[in-house]
Amino acid sequence: MSTQALFGQLLIGLINGSFYALLSLGLAVIFGLLNIINFAHGAQYMLGAFAAYFLLNKAGLSYWWALVVAPLVVGATGVAIERLMLQRLYKLDHLYGLLLTFGLALIFEGVFRNEFGSAGLPYSAPESLTGGLNLGFMFLPRYRAWVIGASLVICLGTWFTIERTRLGANLRAATENPTLVQAFGVNVPRMITLTYGAGVGLAALAGVFAAPIYQVSPQMGSSLIIVVFAVVVIGGMGSIMGSIVTGFGLGLIEGLTKYFYPEASNTVIFVIMAIVLMVRPQGLFGQR
Amino acid sequence: MKEPEIPQNLTSRDEIWEARYHRNSFLLMMVVLAIAPWLIYPQFVMLALCFGLFACAFNLLIGFGGLLSFGHAMFLGMSSYFAAYLAKSGLNLETVTIFSRPFTLGLHMAPLSPALAIVAAVAGTTVLGYVAGLLAIKRQGIYFAMITLALAQMVFFFCLQAPFTGGEDGIQAVPRGKLFGVWSLSDDMLMYYVVMAVFAAGVLLIYRIIHSPFGQVLKAIRENEPRAISIGYRTERYKLAAFVLSAALSGLAGATKAIAFQNASLTDVQWQMSGEVVLMTLVGGMGTVFGPVVGAFVIVAMQFYLSDLGSWVAIAQGIIFVVCVLAFRRGIVGEIEAWLRARQRP
Repeated sequence: MSTQALFGQLLIGLINGSFYALLSLGLAVIFGLLNIINFAHGAQYMLGAFAAYFLLNKAGLSYWWALVVAPLVVGATGVAIERLMLQRLYKLDHLYGLLLTFGLALIFEGVFRNEFGSAGLPYSAPESLTGGLNLGFMFLPRYRAWVIGASLVICLGTWFTIERTRLGANLRAATENPTLVQAFGVNVPRMITLTYGAGVGLAALAGVFAAPIYQVSPQMGSSLIIVVFAVVVIGGMGSIMGSIVTGFGLGLIEGLTKYFYPEASNTVIFVIMAIVLMVRPQGLFGQR
Repeated sequence: MKEPEIPQNLTSRDEIWEARYHRNSFLLMMVVLAIAPWLIYPQFVMLALCFGLFACAFNLLIGFGGLLSFGHAMFLGMSSYFAAYLAKSGLNLETVTIFSRPFTLGLHMAPLSPALAIVAAVAGTTVLGYVAGLLAIKRQGIYFAMITLALAQMVFFFCLQAPFTGGEDGIQAVPRGKLFGVWSLSDDMLMYYVVMAVFAAGVLLIYRIIHSPFGQVLKAIRENEPRAISIGYRTERYKLAAFVLSAALSGLAGATKAIAFQNASLTDVQWQMSGEVVLMTLVGGMGTVFGPVVGAFVIVAMQFYLSDLGSWVAIAQGIIFVVCVLAFRRGIVGEIEAWLRARQRP
């Protein structure tokens, strides 16, 4: 096997890693404030990809527009879901939130499978990002380089917003003690709604990134979200930076596995999860 | 480990009522099930009974231990693969390949009779349940759900790639064989009553577990785990035991299903199946003894009679999930019980 193939797999690993990072980041932000694991996250990622597809084919809006519009539209549906449904569950066991969002994921996926079948729809990358660079040791498609770079920027931007700005400080405070933060005059319910919307928007953005790489298909989210759950268990949801590092790291490990022992590439992340659970149950970056 | 003794004479009027209610419901259920195959399609009732037992086993964890497993398909599916393989081909392990290196074992066994295949499959699933349980009980609540889901996905990929499962095709044409070497199970009616007997035994066992001192401790852990710890119970052991029991009973359901329907396939290990068993339990009533059976009949009927509608079934299931969580959390049997209780105590 050649180094060309090795670098090719590492590149795919980094691409997958950026999706793991973006999705687990959204899950962590939502979990922090809502105490809910958003099972619909994969479906909302799929909605983002479909939104990009519709914007291009029905409204004639390019990829660049989709990057802005799709997260806003899908995020808005998230806001509606939080206002109409999730809000009623906060006083109950957290597991009900998981069950509700699981039901929503089934509905979204079912509706799109009904409409578009299981086959994927093609979505081509914008003109300016086609082609690639020959780096000597490997060929780097421009679009893939862009996805990795853009995901990194978005991830670090989210980290900065949460850890270094006033808004983020409010958010972290509300995660610790919502009642006290509300007493200080912060509209916590609105913050919770917008946080869910933002987390869903992040998933949709990942979906737009994914549309030109994978085909746009109804079940593109469901298998991904299970891997992302394992990523979240490995990283622990305590830290934002932890989610980012774990996401990219596990993507790379998966890529390496594809090169050295392809039979295990589907399961390597789950095996790592099992090992982490034995050695450090709270996750690599989690706090007890 | 010394167990605190539980006083024996604390049976209240409520408990007497409850015991009578459970006994009567069980007897009624058995009568209905005994005549059911003459009135409706026996294949359907048989399928619903297998899923009913599966849902009851799942309910043992969530309803009485408070642990939401989102990966129970791994026990149902793996067990049906075990049973189907053992009943069809026996065990032929000439060589085992581990990390591309062959090891010679030279193990040969003739195909097993259905009863033995089921017993062996349950034993195998119990081991799987022990390993998965050891990992999963390290975390609680939402993490527990995510871990079980991820482990089940790992088992799914294993079943997809392992040579003995037949990959996408699964294992077809599994012989039903002869029960105890005497009665041929190719007779559909006899097969039905065997499934019904397995179901009844499984449900009675679960009832016994729930109402044993072990079950009481499990409920205490569900209500308040720190308190159960401070009283002196080693709660992880109880949770692990409940997990293994639930896995073994799910395995019983899966193995019986494989023999009765003569196949094992990937649908039984998929994550959708893990979701379906949650739905059955939720619809019937979490934490009720017979609710999951009712839920299983509802969901299986939906799939059985609406199968022409294709992906609408998945959408309908999603809607039922949402409605149940938002407005109908007690489930069908839970609502009936609440009504009966209210009537009993004006």
